[in-house]
Amino acid sequence: MMIETKGLRKSFRSRDGRAKKTVEAVRGVDLSVREGEIFGFLGPNGAGKTTTLRMLATLIEPDGGEATVAGADLRRAPGEVRRRIGYVAQGGSTWDEVSAREELVLHARMYGISKADAQSRAARALDAFQLTEFADRKCKTYSGGQRRRVDIALGIIHDPRVVFLDEPTTGLDPQSRAHMWDEIRRLRGEGMTVFITTHYLEEADALCDRVAIIDYGEIVATGTPDDLKREISGDVVTIGVNGATAKAAELLDAEAYVNKLETLESEGVRLFVDDGATAIPQILRTLDGAGIALGAIELHRPSLDDVFLEKTGRSLRES
Amino acid sequence: MKLMRDTWLIFQRQILLVIRNPVWVIIGIVQPLYFLFLFGPLLKPALGVSTNAEAYRIFIPGLLVMLAMFGSMFVGFGLIAELRAGVIERSRVTPVSRLSLMLGRSLRDVVTLFFQAALITLLAIPFGLTVQLGDLLLAFLLLGLIGLMLSALSNALALKLRSEDALAPLMNGVAQPLLLLSGILLPLALAPLWLQRVADWNPFAWGVDASRALFAGHPGDSSVWRALLILAVLTAVSLGWAARSFARSVR
Repeated sequence: MMIETKGLRKSFRSRDGRAKKTVEAVRGVDLSVREGEIFGFLGPNGAGKTTTLRMLATLIEPDGGEATVAGADLRRAPGEVRRRIGYVAQGGSTWDEVSAREELVLHARMYGISKADAQSRAARALDAFQLTEFADRKCKTYSGGQRRRVDIALGIIHDPRVVFLDEPTTGLDPQSRAHMWDEIRRLRGEGMTVFITTHYLEEADALCDRVAIIDYGEIVATGTPDDLKREISGDVVTIGVNGATAKAAELLDAEAYVNKLETLESEGVRLFVDDGATAIPQILRTLDGAGIALGAIELHRPSLDDVFLEKTGRSLRES
Repeated sequence: MKLMRDTWLIFQRQILLVIRNPVWVIIGIVQPLYFLFLFGPLLKPALGVSTNAEAYRIFIPGLLVMLAMFGSMFVGFGLIAELRAGVIERSRVTPVSRLSLMLGRSLRDVVTLFFQAALITLLAIPFGLTVQLGDLLLAFLLLGLIGLMLSALSNALALKLRSEDALAPLMNGVAQPLLLLSGILLPLALAPLWLQRVADWNPFAWGVDASRALFAGHPGDSSVWRALLILAVLTAVSLGWAARSFARSVR
């Protein structure tokens, strides 16, 4: 295992007006990340993703629990962990007035790498991330996507065994995002283990070999995206019912073939059924019999959002 | 060894940033020049001395202490900007020495200060400033201690407060009385006794006295070794405190 945690905990004291209160950001997280995989850490904002990540990257000290990262004990040998990992924060990490090349050389040297080696590593990284063209321009002139690539190049300049990426595609346009996915897959291709946080379900689904879903500081599910989706047996049917959501929900919930039902904010219901093809005619009959006008009807395989809904009782998109 | 190497790395980057954006260095130089040109001419009659040169010989050594104080007290703002840009966090995930993150920045502040002070000293020579090289070096040692102490304090406070909105009023609230009670603008010999007694508690007033004694060619004056001793102790304490807060919040 490249990363293994057991009961990792962290709480923060915060001040709410005059009253001090303790917020348990992470309440006992167990994770196992295998070597050479892209591991997605999925959850809504404030669920404890970044706190967990920052603990694993030695930036904050856990209150409890244990973790081994790239073979080094997180609590007893944080210095050793630092040498073996790369970390890319969410909010950027460059000075405005210096160039990508200067940043890469300095960052490599902070790992104790010699000047000559740092320079050749910087040149290789600039090339690999297609930054050579503006390598000597100041970072403040870069676009969002270019800055993000510089951040990631910085995170892996010392060839770490694991790289942590905190929401690497947040704020990027679709094209830059697709580009970033390719970069991340390339890192895996080079044998690196990639640990990313995201709140984009499509991203977790398309990019990650395995995911863990965290909610309120606890892991609610772990597995490959396909396994998780398969856990929800059957199909998902989404029906639009204009103005009659409550009535439709009541009627359908009483039907034996409906395993689980959720009402949607957008005037409709989502049904979990064993077999969509046989369920749809029955649904239509039920609603028609009650005089409820149908909007769109959609049958799909469960998505990670459905997994999240199943595990937490609410939709990730709405939270 | 690693500490020195890492400190040198951080220092190089910090100096590069100063050179790329020297606006604060220039403001640091312009401010004492304003005092030299716009306040200096008032001094001859106010001090009751016979020539302008004599007045400047009293004023400029104090002005250099002011430069050291004001140039260093506000460096914490730069650190807050760096915290926000994420460059501190980026440094923290590397095995770079935590102490070097502070020392490299303090070294930058001392070097910048020496550059500014040398420039002001040169510019003041036409105004009648005279000084022996040995005395000047001692005076610069004094200035360097002040700069190091205040830059360490400013950075440590910046790490604690993490907001310009909190740091600015604190620094301004402290800077004004320290300046007024240091005898930089007018010698405290002119002050009523109670004010002199309060100023005795201001280490920078000792610094100003020592700086004046050095520029007057009296390195053996007791104010010199006293000021060096007081400031050396305070600098050591500030560096210790700043190193601790760097080690803690920049774990």
